[in-house]
Amino acid sequence: MNGKKLIIFLLIVSLVVLGGYIAANGLNLGKYEIEPVRESINLGLDLEGGVYVVLEAQTDATGDELNQKMQEAKSIIDQRVNGLGVTEPNIVIESDNRIRVELPGLKNTQEALDMIGKTAELQFIDSEGNIIVTGKNVEESEPMYIENQVTGKKEAAVSLNFDSEGAELFREGTERAMAKPVGDGRIISIVLDGKEISAPAVSSVINNGEASIEGGFDIEYATELATLIRAGALPVEMEEVQASVIGPTLGLTSLDKSIYAGIIGIILIFIFMLLFYRIPGLVSVIALSIYIMMVLFTMVSLKATLTLPGIAGLILSIGMAVDANVVIFERVKEEIRAGKSLRSSVDSGFKKALSTVLDANITTLIAGIVLFSFGTGPIKGFAVTLIIGIIASMITAVVVTRLLLKLFIGMNITKNTKLFVA
Amino acid sequence: MNLQIIEKRNIFFIISSIVILIGIVMMMISGLNFGIDFTGGTHIQIDLGETIPVKEIREITDEFDKNADVIHAGDERNQVIIKTAKSLNSDERIEVFNQFKEKYNLEADEPMMSEQFGPSIGKEIRNKALLAIVIATIGMLIYITFRFEFKFGISAILALIHDILIALAVYAIFKLPVNSSFVAAMLTIVGYSINDTIVVFDRIRENQKLFKKTEYNKLIDTSVSQTIVRSINTSFTTLLAIACLYIFGVEAIKDFALPLIVGVVVGTYSSIFIASPVWYLLKVKAK
Repeated sequence: MNGKKLIIFLLIVSLVVLGGYIAANGLNLGKYEIEPVRESINLGLDLEGGVYVVLEAQTDATGDELNQKMQEAKSIIDQRVNGLGVTEPNIVIESDNRIRVELPGLKNTQEALDMIGKTAELQFIDSEGNIIVTGKNVEESEPMYIENQVTGKKEAAVSLNFDSEGAELFREGTERAMAKPVGDGRIISIVLDGKEISAPAVSSVINNGEASIEGGFDIEYATELATLIRAGALPVEMEEVQASVIGPTLGLTSLDKSIYAGIIGIILIFIFMLLFYRIPGLVSVIALSIYIMMVLFTMVSLKATLTLPGIAGLILSIGMAVDANVVIFERVKEEIRAGKSLRSSVDSGFKKALSTVLDANITTLIAGIVLFSFGTGPIKGFAVTLIIGIIASMITAVVVTRLLLKLFIGMNITKNTKLFVA
Repeated sequence: MNLQIIEKRNIFFIISSIVILIGIVMMMISGLNFGIDFTGGTHIQIDLGETIPVKEIREITDEFDKNADVIHAGDERNQVIIKTAKSLNSDERIEVFNQFKEKYNLEADEPMMSEQFGPSIGKEIRNKALLAIVIATIGMLIYITFRFEFKFGISAILALIHDILIALAVYAIFKLPVNSSFVAAMLTIVGYSINDTIVVFDRIRENQKLFKKTEYNKLIDTSVSQTIVRSINTSFTTLLAIACLYIFGVEAIKDFALPLIVGVVVGTYSSIFIASPVWYLLKVKAK
């Protein structure tokens, strides 16, 4: 019995248990705080709930022109989304003429969808139908309260500040209106996306570039309107070609049930490995625990997003991690049956199993990498966890399992090969 | 253990052919149940709090699309999934939900989920998924050719196609939805099967020097016998994990776990009983 090696072994076991505990429950050491994996892992919309929409630009533009329009549209959507206060929005341009907007954890999804897709073209139109100035010349736009001239009540409104060009245009427009007799001729309509939202009559020439929009709306609507105007109009009309709204309850149920199912599955695998492979089985249980933590840690630190297909990738990689161990143990068993000593059986068993494990894993890894590069959406989610899982599985099987098994044999607790060959 | 795979190879080929044939016939008769992400359309899931007969639900949905699919879901069948081939825009989707909300006094302000895919998007997703799988397969073929030999690669890929055909048959027979999780399931089966096959081929490669050139059948039988415990143990442990997902998972996961269970079994079967005999035929025919 080798006391030193026993201590190292027990140390590793307790570290694994501690690591598992922290991953599940988090750790708070005053200044340093580790969040449980459940909180810190990035969850896809299908797990967390939320909304995504893919908008397609309705334009004939191609090449650089299209590119520029898309970039512009993206940054405008960025601004609009920021106004919604979503924590981790994801807005990307896809296949040249589409924009994918993902808003995880959003509750009032329909409102968001409406707002993102709005063209938000703001126009000031005089009584003869001429456009005086548009939202492009608006520099600032804030929600505010103003007193209603008639009722004296406070009402929500949107304040506007034009840039110098806009201020000049607005001054000219109000001047023209003032030149007309009192009445309908003095009305300037404020139109958003072709819908008139208010039609105030001009009472004096405005030359400071300030204006306000009133329309008897509440403060929420005023805030939304101000955000839309500030962000500006989309340079191109966008049509919704794909949309998904997943309620948060459905998302969370999927996640909780998947975690539950995963834990039971892993425990069953552990029991099987212990029963079938005994001491090497115990070693593989420790190695697999390390493997699972490695995968979760990598997912968290790469900020990779876990989706339902991602869970599938994880299961496949767990299967392959177990397989790597099984391949090795079967090989070691063969060596023992051939009459070799425990120590040399482990050595040569590992050596012979190495090429098998590497070839099997690399072949699958190739598939994973191709899928990551060429796939979209769910396929990418699957590929990410598969790639991380395979690499972690190779490391644990080749390094961790081997180290632990050698350590265990080094402890000289037993020379009974029966504990190795079931 | 001493198996005689090569001698009985025709039995395995016949069994597989029958299953694949049944699948193809099923596909021709009733077609695959394509999900909206492949065909375009709308998917709305609403929690009604009680099981409402499909007929009653159709009173509302017929207004929007007479051909809508109505399916019950959830542990107590309290939810309803409405699928239309027509792409309903966001206003129409709200309208559908609001009619349910009004009729059944729902508390929720939104459906549990709603999805819409334009018709062109569906085709695109399908083509891209197919392209990715084809490129991945070519990549694996190149690697196996490089590490083993071309004939191993061809046999492994044929076994893969076999697995995919059988998995497709399962989709046709059980009318499982063919959607983006179908793609993930196929990928998992491909990944699993290739991994499994490689382990067997690796042993054949290693044993090659122990047998004469004429003894391919002995070489294969010995190699498969040596690796069969591992093949069974690995698929058993993987099955444990997937079976748990099937038993405890939500609807979307169940639809995904069932083909995986079949895929793992078939993947193991094909790497033992299909891939090696195919390699044998390629080897013997070449002479």
